[in-house]
Amino acid sequence: MSKFRKKGSKGQPAISTAALPDIVFMLLFFFMVTTTMRETTLKVQVVTPKATEVEKMEKKSLVSYIYIGEPIKSLQGAFGTAPRIQLNDVFATKEDLFQFVEMEKDKRDEAERNMITWSLKVDQDTKMGIVTEVKQEMRKVNALKINYSSKKTDKIVD
Amino acid sequence: MAKREISEINAGSMADIAFLLLIFFLVTTTMDTDTGLLRKLPPPPEDNPEDIDVKQRNIFEVLVNANDQLLADGEYIPVTELKDKVKEFIKGDPNNPEMPEFKNEDVPIFGNIPVSKQIVSLQNDNGTSYQMYIKVQNELIAAYREVRNERALKEFGKSYDELVKLSETSETVNNQVEAIKAIYPQRISEAEPKAIGGAK
Repeated sequence: MSKFRKKGSKGQPAISTAALPDIVFMLLFFFMVTTTMRETTLKVQVVTPKATEVEKMEKKSLVSYIYIGEPIKSLQGAFGTAPRIQLNDVFATKEDLFQFVEMEKDKRDEAERNMITWSLKVDQDTKMGIVTEVKQEMRKVNALKINYSSKKTDKIVD
Repeated sequence: MAKREISEINAGSMADIAFLLLIFFLVTTTMDTDTGLLRKLPPPPEDNPEDIDVKQRNIFEVLVNANDQLLADGEYIPVTELKDKVKEFIKGDPNNPEMPEFKNEDVPIFGNIPVSKQIVSLQNDNGTSYQMYIKVQNELIAAYREVRNERALKEFGKSYDELVKLSETSETVNNQVEAIKAIYPQRISEAEPKAIGGAK
């Protein structure tokens, strides 16, 4: 009996990893199809409220987002904790909404300009004051199709 | 010269490349599907708005104060009871003088039938929390949907939701949807907000 077995006499063959790229590619394609690109970096904390009557947004390309909420933790030192409006990547005031609406309209085809849905992503603990100001401003610039972003739930609790 | 053998390309690092791409997409994309309550804002107010007289009995007043308390048609109730109250109001009762008036209107399929002149008026304070506001909006929308569902089930044997889903395929179903919509039009009016609660 020799101390060292001869190489490759009886040991199990290595598991073939040739199919590994295929599996990873499959995963890759899955994620590419099911997800969408992150377009803005959130500067405000937004936890949307829950509702039962939610509808799915059909055409993503016809949706523009308006975020309202407290600045994120790392920005609270500079901006405080009062709720703020975020348009695209920057903090804004309600006076900036007019320009924002016009710019978003310019991005779309002429025929689709009136079909834009304005998705309000508002934190659930925000007071209505700032939301109402935004709503009034939206009315002034004729951006009337509003979506109050909220998550689906089965039951409303008091 | 010996024939050169073409060596096989090593595909071992293919997995690494694919992983790299996968991780890139995991980081840069989001998966959340966007859902929410679709509403339509009224067009901007005119300079000289005409006063429209609406009788008190035709209005269901919903008030929400800065403490997220709810007053529905003069009664202090929790949100969970709001839906049933609104449903009762929308359906109406022609013989009850407290309930909204009925007016004959042309409705597809049914012809000229009495339709309730109901309006739901919602007013919130500037200090109301957004969460509460969404809850109330949600209950109002739910009330309209349920009333329509019940009526559609009674008249056509299918709920309103099902009819809407099928409406693109057939003209008759589309007419049925329009009829139900005409009998119970969604009239949620939002009054100009007031700041009473002290919050900005």
